[in-house]
This record gives sequence, structure tokens and C-alpha cells, in this order.
Amino acid sequence: MDIPGLFNYWIVIFLMMTGFYVVIARGNLVKKIVGLNIFQTSVFILYISMGKVEDGTAPIVIEGAKGVGAVYSNPLPHVLILTAIVVGIATTALGLALIVRIKEAYGTVEEDDIFAQDEAE
Amino acid sequence: MSGNSAILLAMAIPLAGAVLIALNAKRPNLREAITLGTAGLLFIDVLTLLPEVAAGGRPSFTLIEMLPGLPLAFEVEPLGMLFGLVASGLWIVNSIYSIGYMRANKEQNQTRFYVCFAVAIASTLGIAFAGNMMTLFVFYEALTLSTYPLVTHKGNEDARRGGRTYLGILLSTSIGLQLLAILWTWQVAGTLDFTVGGILNGKVSGPVVGILLLLYMYGIGKAALMPLHRWLPAAMVAPTPVSALLHAVAVVKAGVFTVMKVAVYIFGIDFLRESGHGQWLAYIAAATILIASLVAMTKDNLKARLAYSTVSQLSYIVLGAALATSWSVIGGSMHIAMHAMGKITLFFCAGAIYTATHKTEISEMTGLGRIMPITFGAFLIGALSIIGLPPMGGSWSKWYLALGAAESGQIVMIAVLMISSLLNVAYLIPIVARGFFQPAPGHAHEPAQEPSSAGAAAAPRTGSAGKIREAPTLCVVALCLTASGCILLFFFADPLYRLLEPIAVP
Amino acid sequence: MIAANLPALQIVLPLIAAPLCLLLRRGNLAWALALFVSLAAFAIAVALLTQVLDSGAISYELGGWAPPWGIEYRVDVLNAFVLLIVAAIGAVVLAYARRSVAQEVPTSQHSGFYTAFLLCLTGLLGVAITGDAFNLFVFLEISSLSSYVLISMGRDRRALTAAFQYLVMGTIGATFIVIGIGLLYMSTGTLNMADLGARLPAIGANRTVLAAFAFLTVGATIKLALFPLHFWLPNAYAYAPSAVTAFLASTATKVSIYILLRFFFTVFGPTFEAEEITLNNLVVPLATIAVLVCSTVAIYQGNVKRMLAYSSIAQIGYMMIGIGFGTVTGLTAGIAHLFNHAVTKGGLFLVLGCIVWRIGSCRLGDLAGLGRRMPLTMFAFVLGGLSLIGVPLTAGFVSKWVLVQAAIEQGNWLVAVAILAGSLLALIYVWRVVEVAYLRPAPDSAPEAAEAPWSMLIPAWILIGASIYFGVETSLSLGVAEAAARFLLGGAG
Repeated sequence: MDIPGLFNYWIVIFLMMTGFYVVIARGNLVKKIVGLNIFQTSVFILYISMGKVEDGTAPIVIEGAKGVGAVYSNPLPHVLILTAIVVGIATTALGLALIVRIKEAYGTVEEDDIFAQDEAE
Repeated sequence: MSGNSAILLAMAIPLAGAVLIALNAKRPNLREAITLGTAGLLFIDVLTLLPEVAAGGRPSFTLIEMLPGLPLAFEVEPLGMLFGLVASGLWIVNSIYSIGYMRANKEQNQTRFYVCFAVAIASTLGIAFAGNMMTLFVFYEALTLSTYPLVTHKGNEDARRGGRTYLGILLSTSIGLQLLAILWTWQVAGTLDFTVGGILNGKVSGPVVGILLLLYMYGIGKAALMPLHRWLPAAMVAPTPVSALLHAVAVVKAGVFTVMKVAVYIFGIDFLRESGHGQWLAYIAAATILIASLVAMTKDNLKARLAYSTVSQLSYIVLGAALATSWSVIGGSMHIAMHAMGKITLFFCAGAIYTATHKTEISEMTGLGRIMPITFGAFLIGALSIIGLPPMGGSWSKWYLALGAAESGQIVMIAVLMISSLLNVAYLIPIVARGFFQPAPGHAHEPAQEPSSAGAAAAPRTGSAGKIREAPTLCVVALCLTASGCILLFFFADPLYRLLEPIAVP
Repeated sequence: MIAANLPALQIVLPLIAAPLCLLLRRGNLAWALALFVSLAAFAIAVALLTQVLDSGAISYELGGWAPPWGIEYRVDVLNAFVLLIVAAIGAVVLAYARRSVAQEVPTSQHSGFYTAFLLCLTGLLGVAITGDAFNLFVFLEISSLSSYVLISMGRDRRALTAAFQYLVMGTIGATFIVIGIGLLYMSTGTLNMADLGARLPAIGANRTVLAAFAFLTVGATIKLALFPLHFWLPNAYAYAPSAVTAFLASTATKVSIYILLRFFFTVFGPTFEAEEITLNNLVVPLATIAVLVCSTVAIYQGNVKRMLAYSSIAQIGYMMIGIGFGTVTGLTAGIAHLFNHAVTKGGLFLVLGCIVWRIGSCRLGDLAGLGRRMPLTMFAFVLGGLSLIGVPLTAGFVSKWVLVQAAIEQGNWLVAVAILAGSLLALIYVWRVVEVAYLRPAPDSAPEAAEAPWSMLIPAWILIGASIYFGVETSLSLGVAEAAARFLLGGAG
């Protein structure tokens, strides 16, 4: 298998699985949010790397003769992922805000403790 | 009035009555007047359909297209005509009786009672006049749901448990089995219209016929075929007028009526007979007849005994359908009317005894016949009709059923009918005998019993043995009416036969 | 001018109104604005549906950029129907929300509540209307983020953990969807869904496309709470404010089902081989298990709201069974049930909101004797419950009838029986409530409860009444569902 040629995908998969693992395995809500961030980051990289065109330059139109026959990277995935990054930030912010409220209500951010308190009710 | 609008009115009148009753909850006299008026109007309305149907007409009416190709449609044919007449006619009597009973026993929630009653009657007529299986199913479910508040009327733990069994069995069989059968039929036949000669003929064959028949017969839980009869005794927690309605008029009759409809118009009796699958159904019905009669003998509670008697009698009608000959189908259909009249009399009597003396166990009824001669006299008439002795209506239906059994060469079934009649004698006549011929218990026991029933108002005590103390007049009037009905049906069986003839000989 | 721009207005109106609500600060003013906007959105949805039924699909180029470069709003029978459901439920719930929210949400948060509500509405409408895959993801996130906010506004502190749990699951689901969309873009170079649908068959099922399919399927099933990916749902529904529960239960999961439908049938097309395998071997069995297991779990719930939440998962199972069959009848049943269940469950949650408003609880035991104290409310519950069971003359019956028919058509008797068994389980959990409310006497300590205010009762009855109406008059629900099913199966074939 052509591992070096597909190395960006391996990075994506590695990050994705790391993030996923953190979300599932960690009981601390803040760490869950961190995991979620890593998970989302993997997608950002997937999109950004997919826009790369071999020998392509930055997608800014080159004026004059130099521009003739110039190869550009695909700008669309970058633009898309900009939106996704914004969404990701909003999610993180909301998640952290919820954690603050949870801390106020339960006095802890550990999932197990919260669960125990709910059970006790 | 044209037949079509009469069909619509048959459902609209009781529903409108229900609304009016609900609006007059605070004025009991007006409320009861409305109940009676509605019942009378309804009966007249149904009667107007009779000449046309008797002359071979089939008034029909389509309400709306509910699902593509499946409208809510109505068509009056002889079987439905008969059922409609029985239901609407007995509603009048039952209303008279209810008023006496409910007032004497000071029941709670009387308005809800009358409203649900009216809705149940509307559903019953919907069943009677349904033009396709879908419409019938819709009203079948409506009937189950509208009678649930009646069964749980008392609202105590017993009522809750009884209601749970009632609803549980009836809804689960109808949704789990009957609906499946209907869908299957729709899938293979492409129609659900009730058609003379059946719609399944030629569409299915082999074991599929058997499976479909099984799904239908057990899907119609209201027919109380063993082992799905448990709901009927459970429903005994209801006030007696409800038991009378459920067991004689609406619910169980709706069940066996549906059985008849399915046998005659979905399968077609020729197809059913030729397929040979009616055979095992006949055996199940026969077993139900005998076992239920035997169980009835062991019951000391009068209403429970009557309930098991009903289970047994219903299977007569199922047997009629299962034998699938023209005689047996006519006999079975006739039994709908005959049994209705007989059993409602018996229940009225049970209720009258309860109202007058607050006694529910047969063993306590010793000597009561001398205090309540009219009630016990009526009971005897009802019992004779159930047993099938002339000059009571019940003898005719048994006669035709036996003819049908002979026609199909099933001598065993004739024997079953005979044994069953003997069993009927054994569990019904002792009640009357105990009432009339055994002296009332001595006064020595009385003081001990007195305080327990002291709270029950209005009811005279047995302590005054020897004096005639009947139930409230309205109750007595009602049960006299139905008792004379049992006798009348014997002499007027011929018009009934003429009416039903077309379903068996198309 | 307005008529031509209806698709854009459908989204833009609530989107602009949302921040205005926040600026208004006063809860009642914000409510009035939100209600007005939602009614307008409903009117637009009705107009769009009639237009589509009359003259076929509408294509609207946002900002005048032609697809596939620009974003296209594409309204066909299916999403016009979904738009109608979302907008209608949104309007009814908002009409209901004022009193309910006034009691359940702190006053300082009222304008925020309506802002989030409108954003959620915008997002859901946007998902339904857009023809662009990435745009769909963005709208999905708008609706999801605002729904996390809405859920966290519940009175119980468990609402916070429920919202957090939903946030994690929802984000994972949405990220899966975006990965799938990215992989599709990689192999086709387009994001327009109709365009994708046209190009994918030529590429065939290579590994990238298969991976995209897998990610999209899992992502969408998380969002629509298909068993066993449903664990976020019961808590989120149980602890959210009543109005939010009603709104989300009848729209959010339904829109997610729409996403699945759209990707399965428009983008990949009904002939995509992996899809057929997934539908038959994965979706149908899982959905059947969902019906049986979740209905059973619902029976054991002590909290009526939670019970209805589990019932929702079971009902989603019904829809997925229909979709899983992949036949015209099956899809018709699925889409019709989507509509019927939205109406019924929305109505039931609104009724429950009335009860919570009056007695402050929806634990089963606290409902004792309510049949007498709140007769109109409880009767509405009974009717809604009957529709849930699938008793004839209710909406629930119609879709189940078609669904069982689809199962029999396939010769899949096991599923047909399971569907009916699910109805019986529903009977048990609905009747537990009915029995307590009608047959158990109210405790002496119970406050002398009266009916809920009319402003809540009427919207609840509108939905309950609709669930009866659509059980009798089926030409809208079944007719449109069938048209949509034919469109989905024929459009790509």
C-alpha cells in the first residue's frame, strides 16, 4: 500500500481515532470537549489536504504572463472548512458554557460524580 | 325517508343523543328522557330500513374514502338488518331498565354512563351496517373503546383489573390477529367489500385458508372462542345494565356477528365448506360450548354463571358459521336474536335481584322466588329460551342448527347440541327451583346479616320474607318486556327466517 | 417579486427575526415577533407545497449564482412536505409557548429562548430546503447548536447534562456527515445534491464513495436516533422545557430522517448496491428491534415525558422500517408516518406540557385523578395515545396500515407481526397513564387543579385534532407521501 502517498489520510485517521477515544474514555467533561476538538480537527485537515493540487500554488490569480498556465490549488475546500471551523468553535464555546453551568449545578465536572448525584435523587 | 339517509341517521341519532346527554348532566330527568327518546327514535329509524331490505333491497351509503380504495361505506343486508334491529330494540328496554337500576343503586357518574352507552350503540350500528371489512373493523374498535369506561364504571381495584383484561384481550386480538388477517385479505383479494359468495374464493387455497380463518376467528376476540374468553367474565365487574348490554346486545353479538359476516361474505359458505377448514373450527366451537357450560355449573356468582353461559351460547353461532351449510348459517344468525332476548332477560333478573336484596351469590337466593315472583318467573322464561324448549324463541335457532349439523353429516355436533341443552338445564333451572321451592332461611340468620347491608339504601331486606318486594318498577317492566319477547319470538320466527334466507341461498 | 423569492424568504425571515428577538429583550414582545414570523413561515411553506404540487420542483439560485457553483435551493414534493411539517409544528408550538415558557424558563432568558427557537426553526427549514450538501451541514449545525441551548434551559439540572450529552453525540454525528460530504466532493467535484446524484453512477462504488456512504449513514442515524444510537434522546426530551420537547420531538428527528432519505435516494440513488444491502440487512432489523425494545422500555418508565421519548424512538423505528423496505409502499408508509407521528407526538408533548404547567410534574403517580380535574387535557391525551397505538380513525392507524401492507408485500411476515406487536406494547404504555389518570382517585393533598389556560389548550388540541383528522382524511398525508416516494424512487432511476 502506498503509505507515504496517502500519509495525510493516516494523519486524519490517527487524529480522528484519538479524538474519538478521548470523547468516549474520559469522564472529565472538559477533556471530552478537548477530544471533540481533536476529532473535528481531523476533518479540517481532511478537507484542507484534499484541496491540494500537485505543483499548485496558492489560489490567487497571478496577473500577467506568469499567470498563463499556472496551476492553482482548489480553494473551495478551504472556504468550506472555514465555515466548519466556525461551527466547531461555536460548538466548543457552547460546550464549555454548559460545563460552567454544570459545575455550578453539581459542583463537579466528572461524569461519574454527576451520574452518582443523579442516581441519588 | 330514503334508505341511505336512514343509515347515516342510525349512527348520527345516538351520537347526537350522547352530546345532548352530556349537555344535560345537571338535569337527571331531562337526561334520562333524552336517552329514552333517542332510543325510540333510533329504533324507528332502523325499522324504516326493514321493508326495503326484506324486499331484497340493499340500501348503501359511502361516507368518505379513508384510505385509497377503502372507503368508510355502509350497506344493509339481512344479517346486519337483524343485528341492527336487535341492538336498537333492546337499547330501549335496556334504557328503561338502566334508569331504574342506576337510580336505585345510586351509582356514580351516571352521565358518563349514558354517554358511553349511546356511543357504544352508535358503534354497534356501525358494525351492523358496515359495507366492508375495514368499516366493520373501525367500529369494532370504537365499540371496544367506548365500552371500556362502562366496564370500569365502579373505578375500584376490581374494576381496574377487569378493565385491563377486557381491553387487553379485545384490543390485542383485534390489532394483533384480525388486522393482520384483514391486511392479508386486502393484499390477496384487492377488496374488502362484503360480497355474496365471498371474496377469497379462488384467491387463496390450501393451508393459507386455514391460517386466515384462524387469524379471523381468534382475531374476533368478542366472539369469546376459548381460550380467548377470559375478558367476558372479567367484564362482570360492570353494573348489570352494562352486562346486559355487553352480553346480550352489543359487544358479544358484535363478535359473533362479525364471525358470521366473515364466514358468509369474506370466505363464502360454499368455499368454506369445500375447503374443509370449517371442520376444526366446528370442533373448537363444540369444545367451547361444552367446557363453558361445565365451568358455568361451578360458579356460585350469578353473573359469572351467566357469563360462562354466554361464552357457551356464543359458540353456537360460531358453530353455525363453521358448519357452513344454509341451515346452520340461518340457525346461527337466528340465535343472535334469540340468545340476545333470552340472555338480556336473565341479566335483567340478576340485576333486579341485586337491586332489591343486594345478593349476588346463587347460594344466598334460597326462597327469593316467593318475594320476587315476577323476577323469578321472567328468569324461568329466559332460562327456558336459552335451553331451547318450546314455546320459547331459543328452540328455533337450535332446531335449525341441528338441521344444519345433520345436513353436513356431522352427527357428533347434534350430540353436542343435545348435551349442551342438558347442561343448560343443569345450571339454570336449579336457580329458579331454589328460589321458588326452597323456603327462605329462618329469621335466626337475619340479625347477623342485617348490619352488613344496612348501608345500602332503598333496598328492602330479606328479613321481611313472605312479603312481595320487587325491584324498582322500571326494572320489572323492562324484564317483563324481554321475557314476553322470548315467547313472541317463538311465534314470529317465520318472518325472521324469511329475512335471513337470502344470505344462505344467494 | 415575493412569489419568486419564497424559497429564500422561508429561511431569511426567521434568520433575521432571531437576533431581533434578542434585541427586543422583553419576553412577550419577542414571543409576538417569533409567532408572527413562524406563521409567515408556515404560510410560505403552504404556498411552496401548493406550487410544487401544481407545477413541479422549484429551483432557486441563491444570490443569482447558477448551480453547481452557487447554492441552489431546490424544493420538490419531499422537502416541501418536510418544510410544511416543520413550519406548521413551529407555529403551533410557538403559539403555545408563551405561558409554558413563562413558567418553566427564568424571565431573564425569555428573549434568548425565542431567539434560539427561531434559529432552530431556521436551521431545520434550511436543512430541508437546501440543495447543497455542505449548506445542509451548516444548517444542521445551526439547528443543533440552538437545540442544545433550548434543552439546557429546562428547569431540572439534569437538563444540562442531557444537553451536554446531546452536544457530544450531535457533534459526532454532524462531523461524520461532513466527512461523508467531503469524500463525495473529493470523488465528484460537486456539492450540489442533484448534481452529485447525476455524477455518482458513472464513478461507481469505489472505496471513497463507499466510505462516504458509510459515514453519512452513521452520521444521519445518530442524528435521527436509530436504535442503538439513540442514547442521547430520552434525557434530552425528558428534561427540556415542554415546548422544546414538543418541537424537537416532532421536527428535529424528522428532518434527520429527511437527510437520510435525501442522501440515500437522491444522491446515491436507489440502485446503489451498498445501499440496498444496508437497508435490507441493517436498517430493517435494527428498526424492528427499535420498535420492540424501545416500546418495552417505555412501559417501565415512571416519568411520562421519558416514556413518550422512548415511544418516539420506537416510532422512528416504524419510519425506518418503511424506508428500509425501499419500495414505493414502504417509503410512502415511512414518509406518511413521519408526518403523522410529528402531529401526534407533538400534540402529546403539548398536552403533557399543560399537565406540567398545572401540577408541576409529569411523574406517573402524580397524574392520579387528573381525568376528573383536567378533563379536556386528559381526553386529548387519550386521543393522542390512541393514535400512537394505531387505532382506526387516527393518523397512527393510517401509516401503520400502509406499513404492514408494505411488509406483507415483501413477504416479510416477521416484520409485519413485529409492527403489530409494537402497537400492543404501545397500548400497554398508553393505558398505564389512562388508568392512573381516570381510575385512580386523586390524593387528598393534591391541589384543586383546573384546566390549563386556553392559550395552551387550543394549540394542543389543534395537533391532537389534526391527528384524528388525518386518520380520516388521508389525501394530504398519504397522497403527498406517495408522490414523494415515487419521486425518490423514480427520480434517480
